[in-house]
Amino acid sequence: MLTRRIIACLDVRDGVVVKGVNFSGLRDAGDPAELAARYNRAGIDELVVLDVTATLESRGASLITVSAVARELFIPLTVGGGVRSADDARQVIDAGADKVALNSAALRDPTIIGGVARRYGSQAVVVAIDARRDGSRFEVRSRSATKAESRDAVAWAREAADRGAGEILLTSIDRDGTQTGFDCDLTAAVSDAVLIPVIASGGAGKPADFAEVLTRGRADAALAASILHDETQSVRGLKAFLAERGIPMRLEW
Amino acid sequence: MNVLLLNYGAGNVTSVLRAVATAGANPRVAIDSGDMAEADAIVVPGVGQFGSCAAIPHRMRMAVFEATRRGVPLLGICLGLQWLFEGSDEAPEVPGLGLFPGRCSRLETRGFSIKVPHVGWNALDRTARPSRLLDGVPAGATGYFTHSYAAPVVAETTATAEHGAVFTAVVERGAVFGVQCHPEKSGLIGLQILRNFLTVAGSPR
Repeated sequence: MLTRRIIACLDVRDGVVVKGVNFSGLRDAGDPAELAARYNRAGIDELVVLDVTATLESRGASLITVSAVARELFIPLTVGGGVRSADDARQVIDAGADKVALNSAALRDPTIIGGVARRYGSQAVVVAIDARRDGSRFEVRSRSATKAESRDAVAWAREAADRGAGEILLTSIDRDGTQTGFDCDLTAAVSDAVLIPVIASGGAGKPADFAEVLTRGRADAALAASILHDETQSVRGLKAFLAERGIPMRLEW
Repeated sequence: MNVLLLNYGAGNVTSVLRAVATAGANPRVAIDSGDMAEADAIVVPGVGQFGSCAAIPHRMRMAVFEATRRGVPLLGICLGLQWLFEGSDEAPEVPGLGLFPGRCSRLETRGFSIKVPHVGWNALDRTARPSRLLDGVPAGATGYFTHSYAAPVVAETTATAEHGAVFTAVVERGAVFGVQCHPEKSGLIGLQILRNFLTVAGSPR
């Protein structure tokens, strides 16, 4: 049986892991390669590296950071931030990434999803969606959540899947960095709309939050940063908690 | 030991090279079909579209086939495993190597419970057939999978995985091995699988 995944996210700026609350006010949290090595040992299922400011400052994800992180890992690595073309995707994959996360660039030109998928396969394409509640709907925002898009998150996820995305990385802007729990309504709405896996992100606090998003939120995977980086929560402890509640987990590594 | 990787532009050769090196060999990428005459072991990595196997030149295809006839150990990973079968519905015009019978077919989605691609860590369920590739791998161990098409279960299947349907996760006959999950991305269990392959490759034949 396919297990549900616990994914750690390294938000990187200038080669250093940072983590913001609601995407702003970034604080320092460590060396990416060092954290990656620790996660590899700790039994995390996957790692995501996001160069959080790459799009804002119009530069590609730091390839040096990507290869330093990749060297530490024998688990899948997804890289996002500033991937604007199939050629950018090639550079990131050549540096050791298994998947690229497309966000702002895909909103600007959705055909990039199919372009990368044709070249590397759908499994290499993660479309990252940052969404904010707007009444009963969810509005997509781009450029590290600074720019409003005239798109509905559910409709955009469906389009991304149709265009060849292999997974959706769905971040709740409202919950990001708050540690108040994932937005299960958002996650379930997107998960029900697509037949590809959905990774829930934004709001991870206590183990029960993960259990909720992996059941009621119908997420295939849950992503966290702060609570795992500062070891508020151990990976092993979290997985044991979820396994006890009947959620299939990878417990040996 | 001369471990050669077949690079046909499908997937992350770098991470496979690194994992095989960590497992104890000094692998390199095959330059042309002539290289295969010197191979002590061959690894066919790959991820993505079965159609990309069309990029394997006919002479290289024949050289790999001939190597297996000589008993040179071969490990196909993911798409590399699928290539060992007769073909795939994903690209019907592209022939597989035909070392195992049957064709690969698409995994069916079943709403929320079964999504495709099949992405993540899934259990390797052993069959009754003894496995050299899974030697020392504990029962219940999981590997990292990422694929939409899968190979049928055949007599040579030594482990299956289940995602909507049951399919071949590990297949082996003589010195020919295939693994659907990615040992280079499956943590310590993946490294054990690669070490087992290298052990076979290093044994006298």
